[in-house]
Amino acid sequence: MNKNEILSVTQEIFRDIFDEDDMLIQDSTNSDDIEEWDSLNHINLVTSIEKEFNIRFALGELVSLKNVGEMLNLIIEKLK
Amino acid sequence: MPIFYESEYNQYFEDALFGNNALKEFQPDIFYIHTTVVNIINFPKSNDSIDDINQLIADELSKYQSIWEALSKYNCAIIQNNFDLPITRTLGNLDCYSPLGKVNFVNKLNEGFSRFAQEIGNLYINDINYLSSYIGLKAWFDEPLWYLSKYALSLEAIPELAFNLSHIINAIFGNSKKCLVLDLDNTCWGGIIGDDGLSGIQIGTETAVAEAFTTFQQYAKNLKDRGVTLAVCSKNNFDNAKEGFDHPESILRFSDFVSFKANWEPKHLNISEIAQEINISNDSLVFIDDNPMEREIVSSQLPSVSVPDVGGDIAHFIKHIERNGYFEVVSLSEEDKKRNAYYKGNEKRLAEQVKFTSYEEFLKSLGMKAIIKPFEDVYLDRITQLSNKTNQFNLTTKRYTTGEITAISSDPDYITLYGKLVDKHGDNGLIAASIGRIREKTCHIDLWLMSCRVLKRGMEQAMLDQFVTICKARGLTEVVGYYFKTKKNEMVSNLYECLGFTLVESNSMKSVWKLDLDQYNAQNIIIGIINE
Repeated sequence: MNKNEILSVTQEIFRDIFDEDDMLIQDSTNSDDIEEWDSLNHINLVTSIEKEFNIRFALGELVSLKNVGEMLNLIIEKLK
Repeated sequence: MPIFYESEYNQYFEDALFGNNALKEFQPDIFYIHTTVVNIINFPKSNDSIDDINQLIADELSKYQSIWEALSKYNCAIIQNNFDLPITRTLGNLDCYSPLGKVNFVNKLNEGFSRFAQEIGNLYINDINYLSSYIGLKAWFDEPLWYLSKYALSLEAIPELAFNLSHIINAIFGNSKKCLVLDLDNTCWGGIIGDDGLSGIQIGTETAVAEAFTTFQQYAKNLKDRGVTLAVCSKNNFDNAKEGFDHPESILRFSDFVSFKANWEPKHLNISEIAQEINISNDSLVFIDDNPMEREIVSSQLPSVSVPDVGGDIAHFIKHIERNGYFEVVSLSEEDKKRNAYYKGNEKRLAEQVKFTSYEEFLKSLGMKAIIKPFEDVYLDRITQLSNKTNQFNLTTKRYTTGEITAISSDPDYITLYGKLVDKHGDNGLIAASIGRIREKTCHIDLWLMSCRVLKRGMEQAMLDQFVTICKARGLTEVVGYYFKTKKNEMVSNLYECLGFTLVESNSMKSVWKLDLDQYNAQNIIIGIINE
């Protein structure tokens, strides 16, 4: 999968969790941009992404994520 | 639909004991106290004597007693989790029988909870000790999720917890099922009595299959013995059907059934008649049948009857009935009598308990000590991290990079403070930070945040005291505070007002507050400051 494909799958997950069918995300999107992105939805996001891509994030990796771009890069790294 | 009031993070004890207006106005019907093994702070230590350990148990139990007692003024049901087992056992198998073992300790606390629940009429135990064993501790507790989000149980376990809880709530409101309606052939015994005859059906202990049917009958019998009504709904000749319960190995007898429908009418008609005969509504019935067609007919024609998909294998029937908690009860009638006797003894017992007469007294009992000092290099990462993830107690929700924080920490035009808090339960770590920007004789508070885990502990006052002290030392005359409204920081919308600031201006998005330093008197009387 290339980054665009991963972005589009991740975008579907975001749309599903935030219940917004036309939500668009990009590298710079972070929790300040999405009102509903609280700690509970963050867990939902992480869990859905882990399930979708069949990967597991390690503890420290998640703490340092600042935006969607970093999240995508981490997914790419894990899929290698 | 139920409406929920949720306490702030880890505020269950404070909210219960000292109440708050929002909770009072909410007028709850049910309190649910979701505590788990992670809420136990003082486990036995390796050099504790038996007396020490007994004291620890008494202290822990007394904490919950005081919660239940304080909540009794709301006159509603209290559902309290007991404790799941700790995921690690330092002593291995010894952990369960050494008084120093955590497993042993948890078991004793659970015994204590059971004792109280037997005595206190409106206290119900949500048995997460059983539930976690049932799904497995490994699946129940997710370590990363705990470290990351302070979830006391895994995502997978949450629906299990909620479902289990719903059974208790159903029972409290009298919505549990009352009648178990059973099919006969291949449900109460193996085989078809009309074809195989009495000697041909499988019941008893001779074969594996017969044994499974016997166990199922025994289960139904046990339900009957504790007050569940039994009925039969079977496509059979009445005489054949009745004869099945004359089998010498049969646990159930014809007389165990309050209603017995064995004929060739469609089952949904029979079940309607059963409900009318017993004089209960359809939604009090649970129908068990091994035949998916029959289940389909009944559930489509009588949607309020519970028709679990038990499959076709008798070995799993009981599990389906159990897991759905259809027949959950919160008391048996004998116990009800005992409970009434409790109330008299209760008043006295509760009066003897150690109580706090005020919130202030409680806070003092925590023995809090704080370090409140300007930013130091070792903490810059933590402060940056807090500035980026704190949403609730955050007046401006201004995000900073490590570079910005580092620059500010050494800039003379800024006043910075971090706060660390220790109490008798442990070290809370670095939980507060503020940044003030100096312009002439005024200090503007650009950032003030605190972790939710130390809310309402007096740390707000302690931080402000320290902030003011530094401002005065720098010859400043006033402090200006800003509240920028976000969706998540409502809890601090009136913080500055509570701390004695005067409103300068406000609109729907923000408010600006001013504090005259000459007029300021120190407010913290609870927390000891230990800046060396």
